[in-house]
Parts: sequence; structure tokens; C-alpha cells
Amino acid sequence: MPQNEYIERHQKLYGRRLDYEERKRKREAREPHKRAEKARKLRGIKAKIYNKERRNEKIQMKKKIKAHEEKNVKQNTEKVAEGALPVYLLDRDVQSRAKVLSNMIKQKRKEKAGKWDVPIPKVRAQADAEVFKVLKSGKSKRKAWKRMVTKVTYVGENFTRKPPKFERFIRPMALRFKKAHVTHPELKATFCLPIIGVKKNPSSQMYTSLGVITKGTVIEVNISELGLVTQAGKVVWGKYAQVTNNPENDGCINAVLLV
Amino acid sequence: MDPDLPNFVQAKFKSDTGEEIGNSLDLPLNVTKDQLQLICNALLQEDDKQFLFFVKDVEISSSLKEALDLSKLNSEEVIEIIYQQQAVFRVRPVTRCTSSIPGHAEAVISTSFSPSGRELASGSGDTTVRFWDLHTQTPLHVCKGHSNWVLCISWAPDGSKLASACKQGRIMIWDPKTGNQIGKTMIGHKQWVTALAWEPYHINPECRKLASSSKDGDVRIWDTVTGLTILSLTGHSKAVTSVKWGGTGLIYTSSQDRTVKVWRADDGILCRTLEGHAHWVNTLALSTDYVLRTGPFHPVTDQNGLITDKMALQQRARERYDAVCSQGSERLISGSDDFTLFLWLPEKEKRPLARMTGHQQLVNDVKFSPDTRIIASASFDKSVKLWEGVTGKFITTLRGHVQAVYMVAWSADSRLLLSSSADSTLKVWSMKTKKLELDLPGHADEVYAVDWSPDGAYVASGGKDKVLKLWQH
Repeated sequence: MPQNEYIERHQKLYGRRLDYEERKRKREAREPHKRAEKARKLRGIKAKIYNKERRNEKIQMKKKIKAHEEKNVKQNTEKVAEGALPVYLLDRDVQSRAKVLSNMIKQKRKEKAGKWDVPIPKVRAQADAEVFKVLKSGKSKRKAWKRMVTKVTYVGENFTRKPPKFERFIRPMALRFKKAHVTHPELKATFCLPIIGVKKNPSSQMYTSLGVITKGTVIEVNISELGLVTQAGKVVWGKYAQVTNNPENDGCINAVLLV
Repeated sequence: MDPDLPNFVQAKFKSDTGEEIGNSLDLPLNVTKDQLQLICNALLQEDDKQFLFFVKDVEISSSLKEALDLSKLNSEEVIEIIYQQQAVFRVRPVTRCTSSIPGHAEAVISTSFSPSGRELASGSGDTTVRFWDLHTQTPLHVCKGHSNWVLCISWAPDGSKLASACKQGRIMIWDPKTGNQIGKTMIGHKQWVTALAWEPYHINPECRKLASSSKDGDVRIWDTVTGLTILSLTGHSKAVTSVKWGGTGLIYTSSQDRTVKVWRADDGILCRTLEGHAHWVNTLALSTDYVLRTGPFHPVTDQNGLITDKMALQQRARERYDAVCSQGSERLISGSDDFTLFLWLPEKEKRPLARMTGHQQLVNDVKFSPDTRIIASASFDKSVKLWEGVTGKFITTLRGHVQAVYMVAWSADSRLLLSSSADSTLKVWSMKTKKLELDLPGHADEVYAVDWSPDGAYVASGGKDKVLKLWQH
């Protein structure tokens, strides 16, 4: 082991041989020939080992060259973004909005077929006993013709209660709802929208007419503030939505817009 | 009839440029528009020309009596009846969608008819430029080459070339006959190109020079044959939004730095800076846009018989330009984000001719009618407003769209206006009644680009729903 960097010191002091560069270049130029000669001369296991090593070396070398080439080339692989905009909208923040694509025609066709391709296709039937609570009336509480709805209901604006004698169904004030949280499935955004009416409660026609809202009920909501437009260029006003939660348990109505 | 009223009034005819014809004549008060037409034709020694008549800025729609304010009528006074000649030909309103051609894989951003109206091209977000065959209404050529959205396309005024520019700032020239690229791709802009403008035909019939404005604040003038920049007009401090090449060798540019600049095209010297807007200037329109666009082609007389002699064509383009400009010099209108429009005489003055207010949202597009008498401006406040082309006086508002109006296009005879909107419809407005003529639903989504062919036969529209629609009568 050398005790000091004496070679470097010597070089610093006296410089290298004058023909150092020349010799070095020649040695390097001779290197491939020497290697080739060696590869030619080797036999047996030694040749196998040598060739394998040399192959790996070459692979590494090529990889490195390729990496350098890639580094030098200015990459221009900017992906073409989707949602092309004309020049006049490029500098403006156009809020992402799902397709306007009004499916009025499709929706009508579906309605005709009487089938609803809805997010919740299977709905648990609600028994009368579950929805209505029997109220006893009369002086000795013998009469039992009165029912109280125990589920969430939607009651229209201009509804007035009948006199108690004729009121068969009571819809409690505490369970009446006017608004629903409606999610737009493509926008992935939720809006609190006013309810227009109950389109269909799949359990029973009577629930529909009473305005009972349970899980799976299709309600009509006022979406005018979303600014959707039909193909004819009119603002869409009402659209259907299906209720996805149990409103009587949660105290709010969550629904998915049917598009 | 009121006994106090005279049966006859003294009247004389005057053109809208101020030339009087004939002496004053005695006209019965109940003279109708048709009769006025006959008199005017006889005075001008023309036959079968269509005119509009105005008395004190009131149009005579049925008879002279109704247009006059009878309470203020002075029978001693000579009434000036101003006549405006209407286009000899008539463009029929488009009423139906004859074909909706799919092909583009992304939103159609720009559509444009060739100056002769026989070819159609469109640029899209799927990075291609497509040529369409108008006779069979089918795709003709697909031109691939751009690497990003094709934002604007522009036909050379002789119709032999189409320039397209993409969001990466590259400009390419295409041959509409074969669909191949001509020359080299022009690289230079650092950001996207916002507008393209060719040198007018009557200045140089070779159609070599092209001006392009970019988001990076530069305007470049290119030699399209060599693919090199001849001049680079720098001066705007923000994005340039629009460029127009005027008929007198001036280039007008509008920018988001709130100014409109006027440059000399030959040496790139800044002539004038027009200031007045308080926010981004979005769009520019020249009163001569239509003649400059159609160049040597005339929508009616050129339908058959092609002249190939460039000198003759240049002469014709020059005549047509002079005919439009005879009333004065070019007028320029600019629409801005500050909800106003300014009318300028950019060749002479720095001061605006008029400031036009009334829009409640930014003005997105503005166009002069081909006869330069009316200006239509489209705004995001869902309305289209009409203004007088000479004075900038407000005429009326066209309401009907339920969302932002993006573009307007005029028919060649200036009798109809088309607007496209975010509410997925096109609407045709009649300039006679100033009311909605037709509603054209059909697009499934926002309509970004619309163009009415210079001969008036077709309308092409494209939008976010990726189809190109052709409309016809």
C-alpha cells in the first residue's frame, strides 16, 4: 500500500510524459483488438464465462447510450387534452359541466315502455302496516278508520287539510319535506333542489298519490338552477330522481338524478 | 282623411351616402313602397333594383303616410327620402339540417367555407383538419399533422390553400385538392395561435403572406412558401386575441392589454394605438371583411366561367373593394370584456367614432354585414345586438337564446343573420322584421363554430357534440 499520493504529487510537480496522451489513445484504440483476440483464444468454460460477461457489459452500454439519447431529445409527448375549446373560451374558466345531451327523447321512449332503468332497480316493498299507523277515534276509541303516515312525505304547496271527520290519512308536519339532495351522476356534484312531486312510489299506487317518499321512490325535482338545456334550446325545468336512502331514518332525502 | 292635411308633399330622393338624385317632386301622401321603388328605379335609370326607404330614420314599410309624423308635418318643407339599395340577389334562409356528418373525434372548433363557397374545411380538438365534399356532403380529406387542438383555420383569398394553426403554435398550409401539406410547418409562436389573416387578394394575388396572432403577445407575418417569419410585430404586452389584414395594407390587432394596434404590413411599423377599452379586447371586425374574404369571387356572377388570369382577378377584387369602400375608409369595430364596443376609423384617427354600450356581459363576437350597414354583436348575456354600421347607433336587441351566444354569421345579401349559442341551437334572424325567423335545433351540445357560405347556399356548424352539420334551404 502506498503511504502517500506520491504519483499524483509527482505529476503535479513534473507533469506527465510528453507522449502520455498519444500512448493512452493508442492503448485505448488497441483495446477492442485485444479483447477480440482474447475471446477468440478462450476455450471451454472460460470462454462461456467471458462471453456471458461481455454480453452483459454490452447490454448495459446500449442501455446507457439509449438513456443519453433520450435525455438529449426534447420530448414532445404532451398529451392532447380532451374537451377541446375554441379560442375565445381558452382564457376563460369554463366550469366543467357534464354533457347537456338532453335525453328527453330517450327518456320518453323509456316511459312508454313502462320500464325504468334506475340506479336502484329492486326496492323492498313497504307493507301498509309499516307505513300507516292506525289511529283510534270515537268516544270510546272503537273506531279505527284513521291512518297516520309514518314515512316522509311530500305535500304540495296548495294543500289544505280536510276537516278531521273526513281526513282519513294524516301526514304529519314533522315528516314533510320540500327539498332533496340530488346528485348528478356525471358531474359528481350534489345540489339541494326543491321537489316538484312524487312521480312513483314502487310499493303502491296509493303511496304515490299520498306523496310518500321511501327508498327507491322516483321524485321530480326542479333543476332549473343547473342550467341544463334541451336539444331545442329550452332550459330543462323538471327532471326525475330516485331516492337512495331511507329518509325516515336519516332526516334528509338523498337522490340520484336520472339522466 | 283629415281635411287639414295636404294630399301632396314635396320630396326628393337621396342615397345613403348623401347623393341626391333628380329634383324634388310632388308625391301623394299615400304613395306606397312599391311605387317609390318604381320611381327610384326610373330616376336611377335602372330596372328591378330593390330599395329600402327611410324618412327621418324611420323605415317606410307600407306607405309614406305611416312613416311620417303627421302632427309635425310641414307641407312647405321638402322631405328627404333616403334610399338604400339592397342586394340584387336573395339568400334563402336555411331551414333544415341536410346532413350531420360524424368524423371528428373531438369537438369541432372552427369551420370555414372557401372564398368561392364550393369547399368546406373544419378544425377540431382531435388534431385534424378535415375537408368536406359539399355536393355529396361526405368527408373528403383528413389532414393529420398537428399535435394539438386545431384552433383556427383560414382560407387563402384565392381558395387554393388553407392555413391551420394549433394550440402548440404551429401553423400548417394544406392543399384542398389533395389534402396534403404544402411547404414546411411554420414554427415560431411560443404559445397557441389565436387568429390567422391572409394578405388581401387585391394587394397581392400570389397569396403568400399570412399574419398570425398568438397568446404569447406576438403577431408574425409569414411567407408561406418558404415557411419563414418575415416580420414579427411585438408591442402588445399581453395575449393578442385577433388579427385582421385591412385592404389598404394595414394590420389591425386586438389584445388583452386593452388596446387595438394598427401596423403597417410592409415594414411592420406601429402606426397607431387605439385605446379606450377598459378590459380585454376580444374581437375585431372590419367593414370590408366580406369583400376581403371573398376576394375576386362574387357570389352570384362567378358561379360559372372561371377566369384564371391573375391580373384580371386582381382588378376585379380591387373594384369590389373600392365599391364597398367608396363611402369612406375602412371602419373597424372592437368588442371587449368591458361589455362595450368601439367603432374606429383606424386609417385616420386615434379617437373612436362611437362607443356602443348596452351589453350586460362580455362581447364575444362582432361582425359587419356584407353591405356594411349593420353591425351584429354576440354577447354572453344571451342576446345579439344590432347597431348601425356608419354611426354605431343602437338599433335593436335580438333575444331568444337561453345561454351565451358564441358566434354570429351574416348571409351574403345582409338580409339574414345567424347566431350560434351554448344552448345548442342556431337561430336565424330576419333583418327586415328584426325578429326571429327560424330556430334550428339539432346539435346535442354547445355550438362553437358557424359559417355561412359566401354564396349563401349552405351553413356549416360544429360544436361540442363532435358532428359537423350542414344546413340548407
